[in-house]
Amino acid sequence: MKFAVIVFPGSNCDVDMYHAIADELGEEVEYVWHDEENLDRFDAILLPGGFSYGDYLRSGAIARFSKVMAAVKQAAEAGKPVLGVCNGFQILLEAGLLPGAMRRNQGLKFICRPVQLVVENNETMFTSAYGKDEVITIPIAHGEGNYYCDEQTLNRLVENRQIVFRYHGENPNGSLADIAGIVNERGNVLGMMPHPERAVDALLGSADGLKLFRSIVNYWRETHVVTA
Amino acid sequence: MSLLLEPNAAMIKEQKLYREMGLTDEEFARIEAILGRLPNYTETGIFSVMWSEHCSYKNSKPVLKKFPTDGPHVLQGPGEGAGIVDIGDGLAVAFKIESHNHPSAIEPYQGAATGVGGIIRDVFSMGARPIALLNSLRFGELTSPRVKYLFEHVVAGIAGYGNCIGIPTVGGEVQFDPAYEGNPLVNAMCVGIIRHEDIQRGVATGVGNTVMYVGAKTGRDGIHGATFASEELSEQSEAKRPAVQVGDPFMEKLLLEACLEAVKSDALVGIQDMGAAGLTSSSAEMASKGGFGIEMNLDLVPQRETGMTPYEMMLSESQERMLLVVEQGREEEIAAIFAKYGLEAKAIGKVTDDKMLRLFFHGEVVAEIPVDALAKDAPVYHKPSAEPDYYREFQAMPTYIPQIEDYNRTLLGLLAQPTIASKEWVYDQYDYMVRTNTVVAPGSDAAVVRIRGTNKALALTTDCNSRYLYLDPEMGGKIAVAEAARNVVCSGAKPLAITDCLNFGNPEKPDIFWQLEKAVDGMSEACRTLGTPVVSGNVSLYNETNGEAVYPTPVVGMVGLVDDLSHVTTQPFKQAGDLIYVIGEAKPEFGGSELQKWLEGRIFGKAPELDLAVEASRQRQLLTAIRAGVVASAHDVAEGGLAVALAECVIGASGLGANVTVSGDLVSELFSETQSRFVVSVKKEHQEAFEQLVEAKLIGEVTNDSILTVNGEHGGTVIRLSVDEMRNVWKGAIPCLLKSKD
Repeated sequence: MKFAVIVFPGSNCDVDMYHAIADELGEEVEYVWHDEENLDRFDAILLPGGFSYGDYLRSGAIARFSKVMAAVKQAAEAGKPVLGVCNGFQILLEAGLLPGAMRRNQGLKFICRPVQLVVENNETMFTSAYGKDEVITIPIAHGEGNYYCDEQTLNRLVENRQIVFRYHGENPNGSLADIAGIVNERGNVLGMMPHPERAVDALLGSADGLKLFRSIVNYWRETHVVTA
Repeated sequence: MSLLLEPNAAMIKEQKLYREMGLTDEEFARIEAILGRLPNYTETGIFSVMWSEHCSYKNSKPVLKKFPTDGPHVLQGPGEGAGIVDIGDGLAVAFKIESHNHPSAIEPYQGAATGVGGIIRDVFSMGARPIALLNSLRFGELTSPRVKYLFEHVVAGIAGYGNCIGIPTVGGEVQFDPAYEGNPLVNAMCVGIIRHEDIQRGVATGVGNTVMYVGAKTGRDGIHGATFASEELSEQSEAKRPAVQVGDPFMEKLLLEACLEAVKSDALVGIQDMGAAGLTSSSAEMASKGGFGIEMNLDLVPQRETGMTPYEMMLSESQERMLLVVEQGREEEIAAIFAKYGLEAKAIGKVTDDKMLRLFFHGEVVAEIPVDALAKDAPVYHKPSAEPDYYREFQAMPTYIPQIEDYNRTLLGLLAQPTIASKEWVYDQYDYMVRTNTVVAPGSDAAVVRIRGTNKALALTTDCNSRYLYLDPEMGGKIAVAEAARNVVCSGAKPLAITDCLNFGNPEKPDIFWQLEKAVDGMSEACRTLGTPVVSGNVSLYNETNGEAVYPTPVVGMVGLVDDLSHVTTQPFKQAGDLIYVIGEAKPEFGGSELQKWLEGRIFGKAPELDLAVEASRQRQLLTAIRAGVVASAHDVAEGGLAVALAECVIGASGLGANVTVSGDLVSELFSETQSRFVVSVKKEHQEAFEQLVEAKLIGEVTNDSILTVNGEHGGTVIRLSVDEMRNVWKGAIPCLLKSKD
């Protein structure tokens, strides 16, 4: 299986994403510069965290116009797994691949710390390796993670089980309904503020993020039966 | 000021206009002699910034020479963007600390942010990949609205820059004392990793080679920043706000990635950051170090504003700019690398053989100065030094011993002192994990960052207890280095080398110069004994407000090497039943202690003593035991003494407590700040092995009751506090002070 890590000018969690896949998951992975127009050779697309274009104007607002985003949309339409973490999530919102918007954290400060999440839906291609309602520890590091959407959208998210992760215990940023991560209706585009790629090695505090990447690989293997 | 309105050379001399730029009459006469004519306005400006203390170290050079700077593992000592030390496997660590005090006092967010940006450029200009940031901050008491404003905005500025560029801020220290009320200290340290063969230097060589400008355009911001940094602060300083630059971390991220790609090209001859004194210092220093000259056409300098004069361009401190020297004919190769990141590398001049800095503007020569006069031959002063009266008085005082009745209340009170209290409010705002190498996060003795592709890690810390330095600069200087080494050793690392940031008052005052001399003497001796040479550093003098100097604050940034990740050790106790040892005995040493400051509202008397031979031996023993795998946790005894150290060991653990019995004078044993002490926990099965390796006293056991219990040797419990209560006080202190309105 082959992963793409999209690199925008100002991305800074690209290296972490790359190493999570290459070193901990042991799958193929390649950096893709923001001006590439074809992602056909990849099986899954990862949009890493950071400050694309300095987050000037609004987080993700400039990155959504990058050339590569048309190809990301195509990949999403083709049903490939697309994961946006932190700034990647913000870009997916700005690009309209996921519903809703981000506001500044309720406390108006950047927050970096490990938080607890509850896996609300473990029946997605990103979460099948987790138990039902499993509580996991994944770090956050953001200034604008206060997710918001209108009531109609929220109802739809709940009805379709699109809310995949919620903050457990304290909500660090004031997000609506404690939302930490959501998928699109089809279930193949996941955006989340916490950083699973930072939780793949117990040496650094937690390996709870590894199951997310394993779920993606499991899904791909199930849907790509190799005929000998 | 437009070119036409600039004063001419005669006016500069007659009206002594050079004085406004910080030059003395003698210095101006010297410039006249060097040039053999009167300098014009641009030239006067160039000399004034290059001869400022900030760029020339003219007042501190004779003192700095005392530092040991050599060692078998030192690949690059002071004098370049950063010092470099070998760590094996063909790798090296590049690091440096630098101050941004004055800008932060005037405009805290941008002052702190651009301090971070500057130190990062110093490290990647060596060709190193920055992997960690640290800082060291000093503020007045967190009771005045002004101090709260400075504190909150300095932290936000550091976070804003570091988080955006994606380099983790892994450690640091913050202290609060009225001595810093008007003149906060903001020191930033950057650490990078480099392969030996990639080391770059800031030199201009090879006649005809091309001088290229990359990064942000030049604007009118930061003009005369280096001069501003070399003056005392006063009520008029607010008017210098335009001298503070504005940072653009996104631009620097692009510049960083592009430069690290460019250093892999053999077309690159030299590279240097345009830091203090911008285009002037980078060009003059590169030419002087290389033994060549540089010629630049200022019409080609990318400009953000219209109508900029040569004076403005040469003195601008616009951020995120670098100067490169590129092999003639290969400019396109370098330009292509920068183009990938949307940056323009623009040829603006060439290397010459006449050792002159020559500037052209609108077809005319507007400045012509020998480069060595600006760089290595800048003036050096031996300032008079005098032992201050206060020092003699402090030395003559009888030993101060505080009266303690309620030990519980004393410990809780100490935990609530902002200098001791948890700094979570600060480091929660820093992305300390990005790049996923942070093994030990902020809050322990030293941060530990692993080196990918190896089984090694770096232990990093910044330290300086300036109260001790005020009482006794020589002893305090020794302690600053020793404490940094203690923190590094407690983390399982061998101390390698230091970088230092010497924050002092006005060196023209003999008292202050004496503090500087003595502090450097003490630090040098400690560096020699502990085997940690000084490989880089920065001097920030004139830290005074309305004539009042800050405490002498030579911040030590230390780097240590963890040989094997399994040696990484942290301060919290690990498991109930583990044995608790204390290394070192207490003496009644309360001069400059947290307790004295709290109880008396001021500090006085003698600083704690430090025996470097004892220090070195205890550090060696502890590191040997850690490497042998027989130490479960280690923590040095610092501000607040043993009681605070024990509290920190249980606060950091979850669900654990401790039950210890201390002997001797309880007040000293628990609260004195006697040096060279450690709290260590050891698994029972390692008791014998540990005791064979380390001289230490068994004082109790880790418990599972979440209570800290301290008993006197003759029976009777003197401290019994729930860990939750201590944690709440310790964590709540700073947020609580920030919320309180007064």
